[in-house]
Amino acid sequence: MKKLQLRLGLALVALVVLAGLVSVVWTPYDPLRVVPADRLLGSSWAHPFGTDGFGVDIASQLLVGARTCLMVGVISVGLAALVGVPAGMAAGQLGGWFDEAVMRVADVVYAFPALLLAILLAAAVGASTATAMVAIGVATIPAFARVSRAGAKQVMSSDFVLAAKAAGISGPGIAWRHVLPNIAPLIGVQASVGFAMAILAEAALSYLGLGTPRPTPTWGGMLRDAQGFMFVAPQQALWPGGAIALAVLAFNLLGDGLRDLLDPKLREAV
Amino acid sequence: MRRVAAKLAVFALTLLGASALIFLVANALPGDVAQVLLGTDATPSAVAELRHELGLDRPLAVRYLEWLADVLHGDFGTSLLSGDRVTDLMAPRIAVTFWLVGLGMLGSILVALPAGMAAALKRRRWPGFAISAAGQLGMSVPAFWLGILLVMVFAVGLGWLPANGYVPLGANPGQWLSHLVLPVATLALVQAAVLLRYVRSAFVEVLDEDYYRTARSIGWTPFRALLRHGVRNAAVSLVTVVGLQVSTALVGAIVIEQVFTLPGLGSLLLTAVAQRDLVVVQGTVMFLVLAVLVVNAAVDVGYTLIDPRQRGGRV
Repeated sequence: MKKLQLRLGLALVALVVLAGLVSVVWTPYDPLRVVPADRLLGSSWAHPFGTDGFGVDIASQLLVGARTCLMVGVISVGLAALVGVPAGMAAGQLGGWFDEAVMRVADVVYAFPALLLAILLAAAVGASTATAMVAIGVATIPAFARVSRAGAKQVMSSDFVLAAKAAGISGPGIAWRHVLPNIAPLIGVQASVGFAMAILAEAALSYLGLGTPRPTPTWGGMLRDAQGFMFVAPQQALWPGGAIALAVLAFNLLGDGLRDLLDPKLREAV
Repeated sequence: MRRVAAKLAVFALTLLGASALIFLVANALPGDVAQVLLGTDATPSAVAELRHELGLDRPLAVRYLEWLADVLHGDFGTSLLSGDRVTDLMAPRIAVTFWLVGLGMLGSILVALPAGMAAALKRRRWPGFAISAAGQLGMSVPAFWLGILLVMVFAVGLGWLPANGYVPLGANPGQWLSHLVLPVATLALVQAAVLLRYVRSAFVEVLDEDYYRTARSIGWTPFRALLRHGVRNAAVSLVTVVGLQVSTALVGAIVIEQVFTLPGLGSLLLTAVAQRDLVVVQGTVMFLVLAVLVVNAAVDVGYTLIDPRQRGGRV
């Protein structure tokens, strides 16, 4: 059972990553070329997923969409981890007023879902891929900070850290040599789950027109367009939505699979 | 009581931080209301003059404190584009979002509670596995896609329910309900998938408890034992989870309002973003964050008062 989730997750993640990579070098058609004569075609050998309301091949757009969502995921989760992990580790290791301050700031940011932050940013500077990534990244920082803090607290109470302290190793030295390697699996789980949430958030933002603007293909943007043709070409709404669900499922399964592999003592921190 | 006071202090601090963040993002970034009002081809001097007129050239801290004082008095600002007060813009829309979020959360509990109990009871058999798998799948489906699918089946295909729009409760209760069924179902199902996990693990914990084993050993059925003892014990942790879900439900509502073109706070917000009406965006976001924080604080305080183990002191 445990291994099943992990394996299925890995396989599906590999599929999404492969789609994104392939789109860099090859797509069946130009995902930006409008062919009015080919509007709203159904599935065929030439267009396995049909074409959209502008006559653009849907399969090509799905491939490029994978690239867009992976890019947003990597950058936003990377940003969140780069800020959240050190802040959380320092809070867990130092304790006291610093811990309190970091967690209060985390509470404030936690009150903002990614979507609200993205709406604020879009209103202030205009919607773009960058505002979506920043909004999702910032909104994900508290999750990383909390997990790292809980993990760091756990590790700091262990005997080997006591021994390291007795040996005169400095705080940053302990953080680097003992805390970080021990909480790395926790961060991996959080990154995987965070990635799934980032994909969902990115899709919602581009559906609302607050993410990557058209004509760049995004799964959310494709759904936004497809909704307009719901009555004449309902099959169009199936593919991009299915792609989002598949990608989110992939990273959720991977996260759950990794969590099950974890040391039960650390598992409580996630 | 001291714990309640401490929690209220944290609430006030969080609110202060959140309001500062909203104000900062909306006002410190280069996009400027005066520029938006006058268009891109306005002369710099005209923009500067308008900024002075609107008071935008005063220090940021002064403007923030004024805005905060207004918000605390229930004044969320006045749109510079339309001249409407933000509270007047929000007033007719709050009910729409309230019904969507309220009924959606109620629906999610009605789905997740029995499903989570069944998944816990049958956790080593195929029904438990199937329910957990369905939950996993439900967590992966974006709300707006589920909404579109429901519209395609029940509005376009079967023609049972309207595809979009809204009728106020006071105008026509039947129409009100039929317009809300699909959006509420969308939100409820998406939320239920997340809630299901917590319900399941809360009940699985109960299954290991001594009181459950005792109840079983005196001949109670698993269902009766879980209903009598499990629900009360699981409720404590579930209240917290449901409280935390208010914020995800609100965000979900913003997206779902767009799918079904419901005239709620989400659509107000998105229209304001499209027009770059910063005052309306800032006011509405503040209102939403305030609502989330108030609900969370209420749940937090209520939880402390309800659960004797949380009261502290003598344990």
